[in-house]
Formats: sequence, C-alpha cells, structure tokens
Amino acid sequence: MTKKEQLVELLRQDARLSNEKLAVMLGVTEAEVASMIDELEAAGMIIGYTAIINEEEFDKNSVSAFIEVRVSPEVKCGYDDVAAVIAQYKEVNSVYLMSGGYDLAVTIKGTNLRDIAFFVSDKLAPLSGVLSTTTHFILHRYKEKDKMFIKDSDERSLVSP
Amino acid sequence: MDYENILSKKVQSLQFSGIRKFFDIATSYDDVISLSVGEPDFKTPWEIRKEAIRVLEKGKTTYTANSGLAALREAVSDYLNSTVGVRYDPLHEVIVTVGGSEAIDLAVRAVVDNGDEVLIPQPSFVCYSPIVSLASGTPVIIETKAEDNFKLTPEALKAHITPKTKALVLPYPNNPTGAVMRKDDLEKIARVLKGTDILVITDEIYSELTYGDAPHCSIASLDGMRERTILINGFSKAFSMTGWRLGIVAAPAPIISQMLKIHQYAIMCSPTVSQYAAVTALTSCKKDVEYMRNEYNMRRRLIVNGFNEMGLDCFEPQGAFYIFPSIKKTGLSSKEFCERLIEAHRVAVVPGDAFGDCGEGYIRVSYAYSLSHINTALERIKLFLKELGV
Repeated sequence: MTKKEQLVELLRQDARLSNEKLAVMLGVTEAEVASMIDELEAAGMIIGYTAIINEEEFDKNSVSAFIEVRVSPEVKCGYDDVAAVIAQYKEVNSVYLMSGGYDLAVTIKGTNLRDIAFFVSDKLAPLSGVLSTTTHFILHRYKEKDKMFIKDSDERSLVSP
Repeated sequence: MDYENILSKKVQSLQFSGIRKFFDIATSYDDVISLSVGEPDFKTPWEIRKEAIRVLEKGKTTYTANSGLAALREAVSDYLNSTVGVRYDPLHEVIVTVGGSEAIDLAVRAVVDNGDEVLIPQPSFVCYSPIVSLASGTPVIIETKAEDNFKLTPEALKAHITPKTKALVLPYPNNPTGAVMRKDDLEKIARVLKGTDILVITDEIYSELTYGDAPHCSIASLDGMRERTILINGFSKAFSMTGWRLGIVAAPAPIISQMLKIHQYAIMCSPTVSQYAAVTALTSCKKDVEYMRNEYNMRRRLIVNGFNEMGLDCFEPQGAFYIFPSIKKTGLSSKEFCERLIEAHRVAVVPGDAFGDCGEGYIRVSYAYSLSHINTALERIKLFLKELGV
C-alpha cells in the first residue's frame, strides 16, 4: 500500500485522528499528511468527514427506510436528472444507481413513520420519470461504514505471556 | 499428605512466571485498561474459521498422523520455502505441534542430556529456562542490552560457550523487546557456530510481524546453518490463531525423528480441526497477514512516539507487537512502576524482570490493541509520569 492508501485507510477507521498522530503512524511529516489530505480533497476523493450515528440510540423514534425506485430514463441525461432531484431532499441519506430489478436505491431517515409515508407519496412517487417505488423499513442496524453496532467484547485475559 | 515430600523436587523448584504473578495483581482491580496481553486482538480470519466449521460438519474428528496432516506438512514446507527460503521434506523434516511451546519443549528434550548447557538470550519469553531445567539441562543466560538494540552479539555468545554447550535458543523477533536479528546480525552468529556441534533452536513465532524494508531472515537460510538448526514457527501470532494451539517445527530428519518419538508418546497428534483450518491459513490468507502487519506497524509507530514524547526512552522495535521502554529515570523498580501505575490509573503493563533479571528497569507494553484503546492508555500513563514528577 502506498502512503496515500494507508492514510485513506486510517481516515476510514477514524477521521478524527490528528495530522500529528497520522504522521507518526505513517512515518511521514505532518506537512506531508496535510498536503496528501489537501490533494485528496481537491481531487474529490475525500468529499467530507462525518460521524456514524447509532440512530436507534440517539433518537429512538426515528425511522429509516430503503426505497427501490423504478425510473424511466430521459433521452439526454439517463438517470442523472431524476437522481439529482431525489438527492437534493435533505431527508434522503443516499442515492445509488443499481443494476438488477430496479434503478435507484434511496435511503431515507424520518422522525416517524408518517414522515416517510409522506415523502414517498407526496415527493418521490409524483416525480416525473418515477414509474414505481417499493419501500422497505429498516428494523435494526448491525454494521454501517465498516463499523459494527454489535458490541464485540475482548475475551483475552488481562495479562498473558 | 506430605505433598512437599512426595512431589517432584525438580518441579517444585520451578517458579511461576512473573507474568502470572502480575496477572493476579491486575485482576484484583476493576476497570483496568490493559496493554499487557501477548496475543493478537484480531479475530482469526473468517476463511480459517469457516474451514474449521466445514470439517467439523463433515465429521473430520479422528487422530491425524503423529507428525500432522500430510496436506498441512506440505503447505508448511511450501510456506517455509517461500518465506525464508529453506526447503524441508514434508515427510521427514516437519512436525505439526501443539503451539510453538510444544515445539520448544520437543527440541530441548531431544537435544539435552543431564547437565548439558543451553544458551538463552534474555530478556525473552518465559518458557525456555524452565523447559531446559525440566529436561535436566542447565540454562545459561546471555544478557542482551538496550545499547545493542537487545540483539545477541557474537562477543556475548562466544563468552558463554563452554565444552558443555549443546544448543543456543534464538528468540527473534523477540518477546518482550521487539528486537529482531537482521541477516548481517545472524551471519555474525553463524560464523561463531559453524564448525562446532552447537545446535540452534530458532523460535520464529513472530516472523510475520517484522517491520521495515527487509523481511524476516531465518538463520536456517544461511550457508551451512540448515544442518544445525531447529526452526520453530506457528500460527498463533501470524494468523491470529492463539487458541487453536498449533505450531510447527522443521529440522533435518535425524533431529525430527527423535523429536517425533516424544511428540508421539506425549501428544499423539495436534488437534485435527485446527490442522485442517491451518491449511487454509497457509494457502489463502496472505492478504489477512499483510493487513494485520500493516495495522500493527502503524500502532507501533504511534506508541513508540507516545513513550518517547513522555520522556521514557524506547528503542524502536522492529518486530512482534511489544515495545520495551526504560523506566529507570522514574527511580522505581519495574515491579513498583507497574503496581503503582495500575493502582493509580488502572493501566496494566508487564514488569520487564518477568522476562529475565536483565529486564529490570524496563516494562513490556503490548500494542495488540485498537488505536483508541492505545491512545487512552497513553494519556493515563502520561498523567502518571507527571504525578511522579518525571
């Protein structure tokens, strides 16, 4: 792995590591870390830093759903226009173009069930180009962004040879 | 019953390891953050676990050949050839053992007669000296020094050789110091040994955890050394398989055939499920090993830097997953340091003298922990040193 790949791997694990610590771990200078990060950001390879929230703990009432969307592609710009419109809603967390039985996969978070129902019936379904939607509610989270929600205990003894 | 009179004097004279004693102290506190384990924090790679489940489902639960599954011995032979460049005949020159520990025991018992001397560099893993004593041999300790980066020097080796010297234990990459012997270091040792009848028992259990540009070098690969070397390795550290209890030993056939007798009577064969899983480890887990080595390497840099910043001198270890900083400037003994650290800030590290008298003045700190765990422990140790006025 190159230093840059190692840096990305470390940020993936913990984006809050200071440049100072990253530099030590990678065996490079702090300035080199800063410039690698600048490059990654400028090139659009790192597009942001965010916390992974356990929504079930943070807001027990919140509801998330995964929506399959079938779309009729526009002649000029394929799926991009519809996807861009869907993506601009702030309750939408992610939008992907998919292979297989449907076209767009949309994840969404609402404060309650009605929020999501309203989003689908009033915002998503009427969009021109949207043919049909299928909404799946998320019941429980196990892993997100490489992080496990399942607590993994350290079973090693406190001291060993 | 008068057990003291009945039980073996030889065994009674053995001490429990210093690690064990410290374990008892550490477990008497709650909320301890430990930096004192000698095993990886990674789970065994899933491919390996899956293979074990598969063979259990298929009911492969019988004994294997004494020396181990043929497929595993072949994989071991290929692995040693590709990693250290030494070819061993899987039929006559390899035994699959119950951990590296059994391999050490077999090697010593196959080599040592009454009063024979075995050279043991220290600080080192706790088992060598007791195993030599149990085999009625005499352990001869060679102290290695921080100024030599805890390497065995040819001068120190020569100074301890007598007509009774049977073997040299070569424990590198080293637990607890993290020292490694590079090719040029080993060549100097080889020059001293060639032309003698002294065997080398090289414990390379941490070989995959060697950092820096050059990969691990085995003394067995040096010119003229294969015939006088017993090479020990295993699955615990490289593949995160401590609980599977699986080691390997490779040596010339005349040595292996003697060791096999002991193994056959004492052990029969190593655990069968573990052996099948180990084939998968050797044939399809190269990427996992690389990933783990890379992770350890980054933690190593972080923790060495952390200790040096605190003002505790720490030579840069090139292997294993330990650092061995000096705590001499605190004016405390290793034991006092560790006991006070755990009492005041609930951080467990192991006193250096658990690994030999010359480990006094040092502590063993393991970095087989997550980054956040290491960072929290470092903060606490920093606070402790501040309170000590260091």
